[in-house]
Amino acid sequence: MDQLVATAPHDVGAHAHHEELGFWRKYIFSIDHKIIGLQYGISALLFLFFGFTLMMLMRWQLAHPNYPIPAMYFIVPIAVIGIVILLVSKFKPSLSMLVGLLFLGVAALVSYLTSGEDRMPGGIMLPEFYNQLGAMHGTIMVFLGVVPLAVGAFGNYVVPLQIGAPDMAFPKLNAASYWSYFVGGVVMLVSFFVPGGAANSGWTSYSPLANTATTGQTFWLIGMVFLITSSLLGSVNFITTIIQLRAKGMTFMRLPFFVWAQFVTSFLLLLAFPPLEAAGILQLMDRLAGTSFFLPSGLVVAGQPLQVSGGGHPILWQHLFWFLAHPEVYVLILPAMGILGEVIANNTRKPLWGYKSLVYAVIFLGFMSFIVWAHHMFLTGMGTVISAFFQTTTMIISIPSVIILTALIISLWGGSIRFTTPMLFALAFLPMFGIGGLTGLPLGLAPTDIHLHDTYYVIGHFHYVVAPGSLFALFAGIYYWYPKVTGRKMSDVMGKIHFWGSFVSINIVFLPMFIQGFAGVSRRLSDGAQQYAHAQSVLPWNEVMSIGAWVLGVFQIVFIFNFFWSLRRGETVNENPWQATTLEWSAAPTPPPHGNFIKVPEVYRGPYEYSVPGKSRDYTPQNEAD
Amino acid sequence: MQIPYTVQLRSDTGLFNAKLGVWLFLASEVMLFGALFSSYVLLRVGADHWPHGWEELNIPLATLNTVVLISSSVTMVMSWASLKMSNFKKYKLYMGLTILCALIFLVVKAFEYGHKFEIGHYPSYNTFLAIYFTLTGLHGLHVIGGIVLNTYLWGPGSYMWKTEPERFTNRVEVAGLYWHFVDLVWIFLFPVLYLL
Repeated sequence: MDQLVATAPHDVGAHAHHEELGFWRKYIFSIDHKIIGLQYGISALLFLFFGFTLMMLMRWQLAHPNYPIPAMYFIVPIAVIGIVILLVSKFKPSLSMLVGLLFLGVAALVSYLTSGEDRMPGGIMLPEFYNQLGAMHGTIMVFLGVVPLAVGAFGNYVVPLQIGAPDMAFPKLNAASYWSYFVGGVVMLVSFFVPGGAANSGWTSYSPLANTATTGQTFWLIGMVFLITSSLLGSVNFITTIIQLRAKGMTFMRLPFFVWAQFVTSFLLLLAFPPLEAAGILQLMDRLAGTSFFLPSGLVVAGQPLQVSGGGHPILWQHLFWFLAHPEVYVLILPAMGILGEVIANNTRKPLWGYKSLVYAVIFLGFMSFIVWAHHMFLTGMGTVISAFFQTTTMIISIPSVIILTALIISLWGGSIRFTTPMLFALAFLPMFGIGGLTGLPLGLAPTDIHLHDTYYVIGHFHYVVAPGSLFALFAGIYYWYPKVTGRKMSDVMGKIHFWGSFVSINIVFLPMFIQGFAGVSRRLSDGAQQYAHAQSVLPWNEVMSIGAWVLGVFQIVFIFNFFWSLRRGETVNENPWQATTLEWSAAPTPPPHGNFIKVPEVYRGPYEYSVPGKSRDYTPQNEAD
Repeated sequence: MQIPYTVQLRSDTGLFNAKLGVWLFLASEVMLFGALFSSYVLLRVGADHWPHGWEELNIPLATLNTVVLISSSVTMVMSWASLKMSNFKKYKLYMGLTILCALIFLVVKAFEYGHKFEIGHYPSYNTFLAIYFTLTGLHGLHVIGGIVLNTYLWGPGSYMWKTEPERFTNRVEVAGLYWHFVDLVWIFLFPVLYLL
């Protein structure tokens, strides 16, 4: 990625006063929104990779309970990836070299995790360790992977460019936001090395289980405080930037849909995360100061009455947690939908169908997401009246989701679709998110949820939303904006191999989960439900799903290779290779210099004026005057 | 490269960036303390026995602290107003008084805490004290944050008055918004914890 410096235009006016910075100042201590976006992106992709590796270890245990794990099959490929990237970087200080070293770090971490008497004696995974992997897989994927990639990386890089701003409103806060995220991530990783290992109470960290858990739980809480601080700083910055720094003529109804999605997402982060911070503070007090916020009176643990004052409420934790964690679901999905809007409009060469309905739907969705949280808690005994309220709001919130999905599907109608790699991922998103959304309905209705709650059905449901949903859209975004960042396109052939391989294998991983869930296989079982007499007929799916997961992993190596290969060998592009209408393509150089635009752009039209009758080209950029 | 609207107001929003930013930050803070106050309500409603604040806590000291904090809010406004009237000396005086009031508040709070610890009333003693220490402790951290911020603006940060007076005045205004919020939280904490 040191290429970025080499290909940056040096002759432009805005760039003239800007001397060449060394690696450390340019890439590490930067306050440029684009570099911070890259920092977020690279960190998040690495965390996604690590979280994915944890899952692949878990899938071994589920497919072959209590057989030793062939750890080398996991460690060696990761180490090889690292070494190849290092060789490609020629050991010059650059982001490539850093990423290569980090891959070696991941390999070392995985080899640490797959050894040790208190984790895997003789290579056989202990149930306690399986619990750690489960909790950390969820935490890492959600808080350190998808959200930082969707908001931190894409939001940071693209939003200022799309609204015609020179940078974020508060560049230093932006850097602080990244570094707070970084510290949070390090704290989470360090927790694997403390006595008792990492947090093992699930990513939901329910009390009283989490109150009595090992030290790793305290690390988890401290890590979360850093991550919450990071998203607080980020969301303040995004909202201020979008309200204050829009270029002349960029009215709210001319904002690209991606910016709208980020705007609403930022409000969710701003207002939903603090209650989790409050909950985290209370749980920390419980663990460190001996209070009983979440501990009821008369609690007996391991046959011993717990020596606490009591009088607390475990359900209180769940309310506070889900008050964040339901809006968090929309934090995962809205930026993805925003990316989809850009990619679909660009590749169908048509305006997005129902831009205004999309905008109103996304705002309504954001609002409703604050009053559906307790549909995660139907089985806590909170009462039928409250359940009825929350299942009603849950049904209402499905309306704007369906509006968004429908508008995107109708946008395809009559378009001359270009099947580029980003478009393939975007097209796959639509049915995959559809499955994820529709399978959510039985969970949102209290009577059916009683049967399905905490089964593999739930896991299948939310993974369909987040993995072939959000993550596919994020892949679309990477393929789509890569040329703007690097000046080169990613290889289309490898992109298509990556797409088809991932598309098939990811369905093999998640589709059988519905079958197992219906059969009553509970989640969080370290033996894959071997002990369940009623689940024996669906157990063979465990091996199928695991093989699907490993194949999925192999196809991600194609992506990693493509990512670095294209830095050197990808087809070089001009400013606007996709012939797009939005400002990041039509007004900014490739790659954009510090300050983004050579001449401050002015906006004359809406974001998706494709195939306007009477125009000579099939796209009319937003900054083109009549 | 210059970020627009760091000093000037944007015509369609009527705001400079930092002012919008701090209001958003305060919205987030409202949610943070809102969640804790809600927890207080739920814990109290669900408790078998909940002591009255006045049985456990020292109302005269808290009243003194309330007066001190409200005064500090007044001096904070005066310091900003002094800058608006280009009277830097008065700014120094009022900002100094604001910091002093905040320090007095913390000292009084330390006496209150100390007394509780002396008689063995730690957060683990009962849920009332647990939420008392959590809420006032978090508020105390906000007061400390305000002291750090205001001391910077009073001391080294005030050099900006010579180079960019308008921007410096904006900074004091924004710090003031934060400080009023910290006061406001106490205005809620005092009756909820001590009087009810």
